[in-house]
Amino acid sequence: MEAFHLLLYGFSVLMTWKILALMMVGLTLGIFVGVLPGLGGPNGVAILLPLTFTMDPTSAIVMLSCIYWGALFGGAITSILFNIPGEAWSVATTFDGYPMAQQGRAAEALTAAFTSSFIGSLVAVLLITFLAPSIASFALKFGPPEFFAVYLLTFCSFVGLGREAKHKTIISMAFGLLLAGIGMDTVSGQLRMTFGSNELLRGVNFLVAVIGLFGISEILLTMEERLALRGHAAKISLRVVLKVWREMPRYWVTLLRSSFIGCWLGITPGGAIAASFMGYNLAKRLSKDPESFGTGRIEGVFAPETAAHASGTAALLPMLALGIPGSGTAAILLGGLMVWGLNPGPLLFVEHKEFVWGLIASMYLGNVVGLILVLTTVPLFASVLRVPFAAIAPMIVVSCAIGAFAIQNAMFDVWLMLAFGVVGYVFKKIGIPLAPLTLAMVLGSRAEDSFRLSMIGSAGDMRVFWSNGLVGTITTLALVLLFWPLISRAIGAVRRRFLA
Amino acid sequence: MSAQGVEVVVGDPGDPPDDSPAVASQRSVETSALAVILAFSLLMAWDNWRTGIAWESTGPAAGYFPFYVAAILAAACIFGLVQELRKSGAPARGFVSRNQFKRVLQVFVPTLLFVPVTQWLGLYVASFLLIAGFMIVVGRIKAWKSILTGYIFSAIMFGIFEVAFDVIMPKGPLERLFGY
Repeated sequence: MEAFHLLLYGFSVLMTWKILALMMVGLTLGIFVGVLPGLGGPNGVAILLPLTFTMDPTSAIVMLSCIYWGALFGGAITSILFNIPGEAWSVATTFDGYPMAQQGRAAEALTAAFTSSFIGSLVAVLLITFLAPSIASFALKFGPPEFFAVYLLTFCSFVGLGREAKHKTIISMAFGLLLAGIGMDTVSGQLRMTFGSNELLRGVNFLVAVIGLFGISEILLTMEERLALRGHAAKISLRVVLKVWREMPRYWVTLLRSSFIGCWLGITPGGAIAASFMGYNLAKRLSKDPESFGTGRIEGVFAPETAAHASGTAALLPMLALGIPGSGTAAILLGGLMVWGLNPGPLLFVEHKEFVWGLIASMYLGNVVGLILVLTTVPLFASVLRVPFAAIAPMIVVSCAIGAFAIQNAMFDVWLMLAFGVVGYVFKKIGIPLAPLTLAMVLGSRAEDSFRLSMIGSAGDMRVFWSNGLVGTITTLALVLLFWPLISRAIGAVRRRFLA
Repeated sequence: MSAQGVEVVVGDPGDPPDDSPAVASQRSVETSALAVILAFSLLMAWDNWRTGIAWESTGPAAGYFPFYVAAILAAACIFGLVQELRKSGAPARGFVSRNQFKRVLQVFVPTLLFVPVTQWLGLYVASFLLIAGFMIVVGRIKAWKSILTGYIFSAIMFGIFEVAFDVIMPKGPLERLFGY
């Protein structure tokens, strides 16, 4: 019941014209960013972050999270109409969404995608509303060893559960941790890895890196591909919307299943992309006629979109409650929190009630408004794709440069952003994932601090990470996840031997 | 197509053909990238070792944590390099074709030039030049359309950042002329 009162309080924080206007602006920008080729959730949020520097934290996070919801909605438009997934998690939407558009049922597919996205995130927001406060209050009892164990768990689950080659995930993560360590050491005040450079004294700014890694590199990658487009135009009428909504209850099992998959994988770090595929595959496997999937079944749109949005939203749960982002975009939002002078972690729920509950309330409101907005304005946004890329590419470059400069008013950062653009381009092409790098950069110094504080507390005894039941369980779980590929292989071998 | 299925077609004047030869093989790029990261990790490890990786009275020294991270990074790179070198028989996949690479440079070189021009003429003039120039040269879009787009975009950015949100950008002689 307390959560309900706090939520109402959150809504009261939102009910000012200024915040509602920012919400609309954020959603529109977000859909725009989601539709444009070469942009997407993390890029959009990273590029538009500087707009929020002069706002108060609550307005800033409401606008940024609305950009995020908008981008999630926008990704579905290009997947269905043009067969171009804006983001990795929209890939599964193209399987049945594009065939539907080819059959002239684009409006139906879009309505299905938007509505199921809405349902997915609603389930995840409900989870956040009722679970996040209890997790946060539980985490208030954490000391440095517990926090380090949780950070370790996050890092290890990226390595163990990620689909990329393990050594590449480790390279990405260790690279990020090193970059995070450059500059002044927070514990001793000593300088390290600066090589006498005054510019590096401040350290490598996380957001500068993100803008280069995601924004600039994506432009370079997009230029490589052929930019000619073929697709369908669509207009959604009220009749189609009502028809899809009437059909929807029949698929409640799929919707519910995908929501749960999404929530679960969204909370697990590194799981967000897998969610939509898993939602789609399970719906297909458990269906009475799996062959009809891929030919334009509406269920094939419901399943991945629900899961994708549930996971995208649920990724914010560990960010709010523990200060640990569940996805790349959540990591960038977390970077934003620090810029606005907030300290992410369980204390947020105590010290910045209006911020946390304003954000949670904005998730409800933002999704409702977003749903209405996309349903009514699809033709407008689809026509954005007609703008030639030669006009969009330099505009994105300029926006990236503005963003990188504005963070610390330093020209050096713009050069740094370019360097990260090249790094991101090469990393993506040789299969080194970028999400672990982002995560390591944003968590790096806090992970190191908690490690050193634990070591100081225990006088250098590593057994502090097994000193009580809680920290011992988390540390052990982290190690199990790290070696999970080896463990599962060993289990398989043992099982085969017994069966043979 | 049904009544709603109007086709949207967007052309691309510089579409890269498929048969363009590769500039470098995937393997050579991957190997050299790993080698560069390995060198970076060794440099970082050395610097942290110099800072101090031992235990002091106040706990681990400043270089302790990053030193071991650098060591892990180096180990992962060596693992990757060994794996790449052992894959001797595998067919070489192209990293990027010549045409693709040309297009990547078409964006990258102007972007690279954009930064010093920003320092010299200010961000808003530089972005006007970048957008209009890129649209005319690379996009082969009509000059008046390109110049108008560049002008409108720079003006909107100026309005948003300089006027509405008070985010200060590097400015040059032109802005000074108008008293900013």
